[in-house]
Amino acid sequence: MDRIPILKMGPFLLVTIQVDLYDRLALSLENDLITMVSNTGARGVLIDISAVNIVDSFMGRILGNIASMSRIMDAETVVVGMQPAVAITLVELGLTLQGVHTALNVEKGMDLLYDKTDLLTTQQQEENEEELDDYND
Amino acid sequence: MNQTAQLLKKRKDTILEKWIENQLTDESLREDLITNDDLRRQSEELLNGILTAVEKGNYTDIYSGEFEQVTDILSDISVTRARQGFTPRETTTYVLSLKQALTDVLEQELRDQPEILYKEMLQITKLLDSLSIYTFETYLRGREEVILRQTDEINEISTPVIRVWDGILALPIIGTLDSSRTQIVMENLLQEIVNTGSNIAILDISGVPAVDSLVAQHLIKTVSATRLMGAECIISGIRAEIAQTIVHLGIDLSNIKTKASLASALQLAFSMLALEVKKKNVGTQTKLIR
Repeated sequence: MDRIPILKMGPFLLVTIQVDLYDRLALSLENDLITMVSNTGARGVLIDISAVNIVDSFMGRILGNIASMSRIMDAETVVVGMQPAVAITLVELGLTLQGVHTALNVEKGMDLLYDKTDLLTTQQQEENEEELDDYND
Repeated sequence: MNQTAQLLKKRKDTILEKWIENQLTDESLREDLITNDDLRRQSEELLNGILTAVEKGNYTDIYSGEFEQVTDILSDISVTRARQGFTPRETTTYVLSLKQALTDVLEQELRDQPEILYKEMLQITKLLDSLSIYTFETYLRGREEVILRQTDEINEISTPVIRVWDGILALPIIGTLDSSRTQIVMENLLQEIVNTGSNIAILDISGVPAVDSLVAQHLIKTVSATRLMGAECIISGIRAEIAQTIVHLGIDLSNIKTKASLASALQLAFSMLALEVKKKNVGTQTKLIR
């Protein structure tokens, strides 16, 4: 059976969905993702759905579920790259994905995750260290 | 070849002359829209078509194969006339004036055979009636096409998506928002967000005459869709009447950012993007130059 890969990226988990999600795949993704969150203690989950063309209410619910489950495990969820047609479909279905953060692309999504979790990016850490060094000098 | 068709073919030139004459004497002739030469050419083509079509004795079914050429010419003529601005009466009269010419000639030829004359006249009348109905139908279709195209153009023009700043889109909505227009607005906006990678979209509704619960629902839908894409939406241009109706209708816009004018919405967008717009200190500079 197909599996959607879940990548660990620092304190976050990165999932890019490259195929259209059928129900069983979505369920196994939910399962795998939550297990990964608990195993790695990730602080955020980024789900890229830019390659998804078809969405139904079930997938909308799965996304909502993942967000709520992650939240109680102290991880924020950002969904990025939603196609216009998908967004319109979700709105028409009445699913506004409350509690899910959204961003235009992976880059902006990552920034948002760092922002929401109050974590510092490596660049910011380096800058801080430099400042600290300057201060010590 | 049946007798009438033969007869008509023989007198074709007379018929054409009579027809043209009929058209020219008719008051509804539009010399401003079509030249006499064009009219003659058109008429001759059509008459030829009809005479060839009736050769096999078919006077009733204008949708059969032999009439294909005739209906083609007719629909061409009526669609062009619809676009040029002929009235429906003028267009139909064009075909019906041929009936006069045809029956005149038949009458001359068959004067001494009244029974045959009666039958043939009936046939010709029937044929031309169905042809004129066909003309009218295609004329209407041509008109409808014009209207549809104009509707599309209005929809296209009245919902532009403007890039007002790097990362900020503005969408002035002019005219009433109905379901089909909301769909267009939403699609245009979302596509433009993807194309430009903008974070903020300002929906300006100062050009919307009235907001009812349906329009408000459409607006909320658009805002939700924008949010799903990962952008923020600000609604601006809320006039006093609109605010009143929204509150009286009990519509909850509390979790949507709203502003009174496009300017204040732009200001909010700047602050959301942490941008700063400052006035240049012109006075000191000119002083320095002097």
